Amino acid sequence: MGTPRTLAEKVWERHVVHRANGEPDLLYVDLHLVHEVTSAQAFEGLRLAGRPVRRPDLTVATMDHNVPTAPGPVDPVSRTQMEALERNCTEAGITLFPTGDLGQGIVHVIGPQMGLTQPGLMIVCGDSHTSTHGAFGALAIGIGTSEVEHVLATQTLPQRTPRTMAVTVEGELPPGVSAKDVILGIIARIGTDGGVGHVVEYRGSAIRSLSMEGRMTVCNMSIEAGARAGMVAPDDTTFAYLEGRPNAPSGAEWEPALEDWRSLPTDEGAAFDKEVTLEAADLRPHVSWGTNPSQTVTIDDVVPEPADETAERALAYMDLHPGVAIRDIRPDTVFIGSCTNSRIEDLREAASILDGRKVREGLRAMVVPGSMLVKRQAEREGLDTVFVNAGFEWRDAGCSMCLGMNPDQLSPGERCASTSNRNFEGRQGKGGRTHLVSPVVAAATAVLGHFGTPEDLEA
Amino acid sequence: MRPFSEHTGRALPLDRSDVDTDQIVPARYLRRIERTGFGPFLFAEWRKDPDFVLNRPEFAGATILLAGPNFGSGSSREHAVWALEDAGFRTVIAPSFADIFRNNCCKIGVLPVELAQESVRALMDAVLDDPTTEITVDLHALRVSAPAVHEAFEIDPYTRWRLLEGLDDIDLTLRHANEIDAYERDRPARLPSVPRA
Repeated sequence: MGTPRTLAEKVWERHVVHRANGEPDLLYVDLHLVHEVTSAQAFEGLRLAGRPVRRPDLTVATMDHNVPTAPGPVDPVSRTQMEALERNCTEAGITLFPTGDLGQGIVHVIGPQMGLTQPGLMIVCGDSHTSTHGAFGALAIGIGTSEVEHVLATQTLPQRTPRTMAVTVEGELPPGVSAKDVILGIIARIGTDGGVGHVVEYRGSAIRSLSMEGRMTVCNMSIEAGARAGMVAPDDTTFAYLEGRPNAPSGAEWEPALEDWRSLPTDEGAAFDKEVTLEAADLRPHVSWGTNPSQTVTIDDVVPEPADETAERALAYMDLHPGVAIRDIRPDTVFIGSCTNSRIEDLREAASILDGRKVREGLRAMVVPGSMLVKRQAEREGLDTVFVNAGFEWRDAGCSMCLGMNPDQLSPGERCASTSNRNFEGRQGKGGRTHLVSPVVAAATAVLGHFGTPEDLEA
Repeated sequence: MRPFSEHTGRALPLDRSDVDTDQIVPARYLRRIERTGFGPFLFAEWRKDPDFVLNRPEFAGATILLAGPNFGSGSSREHAVWALEDAGFRTVIAPSFADIFRNNCCKIGVLPVELAQESVRALMDAVLDDPTTEITVDLHALRVSAPAVHEAFEIDPYTRWRLLEGLDDIDLTLRHANEIDAYERDRPARLPSVPRA
């Protein structure tokens, strides 16, 4: 018997290519996801140095950040960026899912959907929400453009050994409390830098009870707590999700893969550098009131008294006053989408609330599916009709209003209930005011015209 | 990568915590495919306020950024560091940094210096009191010096060596090409590869 190890340590160890005293470990990358915004300068760097892409067969690209989600002209700057990706992928022999392709979508939605995201893999992408893939028990790390270039050239990444952190959520989630509320609750507890330097493993019965979509939502926002990655140990829920997916092991390869994946979960007695425990029963739907993702309260609360200058600035930016009930805040816009909450289950949950109901008059509401395949699946289930009949716009796949790189933006002062991940100043458009919520709260809010839960609709 | 050994310059005091990379360079400026020219977009929204520190003439020409804790949180965009570099900043001094931002800095030679909050406060006060105050950041000696402040800082020795030498990470890694080849030979065949389009 060796020393008990954590999930993160096991996955890390199997990827060490080179290890030397005083140097970061050189880790092998099993899957490199590429998109248009953080890759152009990396490919240009390779060209200038005369270096080829080492493993185009372990690299997959899509267009998501700047793509339009509605018909109309594409602005020339975005078009140039998209064309650069197309050219770079063609030259390097990298598979690309461009706009208009059924395989296109948000990079963190298409990896799992294609079955490429698997337990035990080392996955990187030039995007901070790469942690999403950790939901499968992969070690998935967001990187910068210089690192993208490094991975393209060498299929490896030098990395300092992280510290490990266990975030345990025990018990049964109360009705109406979703994965989004779990992660917002965790961030409220540990803060925007609580995870810095750490790989977080989410554990406990409440995490185990989540679907793969829910686990992806939780892992997705690990970066909002500053963590280098977030992970959930693979289990039967993971295996059931993967079985039969296009690039998952099949036939004679399935059983050996399962056997390997079952060896990954953290050993009994393994030590974490830091541990935090939350009771599921204490969680409620969360709504952010400020300009960072730790500035949240529950739906039943009021806007808090500012504790410091940062909070004062946030309240001024958000045009909110302490003591105002969250339920009395009236958004102008509702956005359902982003790599946090745009998967089929998110759309099903939102649609179940909107069925037979109407968006409050004067409110703008849009749904942006995470991928074109999610869009098609939703249309097969008739969810598009539910959204459209309720008064939502039904868009094509992309990052859209999560970061406002395409025309889907808030106007100055516009207030938005958003299922995305960042309520930073101007994130969804210059001067826009973002309140982070779950898909069901977003849907109920769209109908009510003020923040609320599905139960408020019954009242 | 641009080497960093020692730098002396005036500083810009940005007394805010949790400055995210969306503030350092907003997403709408990320559609360019060049690596240079991001300086004009640095703190694009905040600098619309004429009183914002970056607009104050007494801080013009600053090459050292002083900031609050958790600087560079959020998006992985390296454009944030490119914007700082393009605007003339050689180093950022803060009580703490977000991981990806810190990595990005060390890849392109903008030195992230972590000092205790009180020390950063003392530097900010000194600079606010006299904007012509010069600060020296010495990566050889691992010291930050200003007239009234002398502090040691830490950085891992490997990163320090790379920054001092201005070494390209890819070149360093390719010294281990044989080990990468060997690793690839032993990778299980069942691991996924990306289907051709």
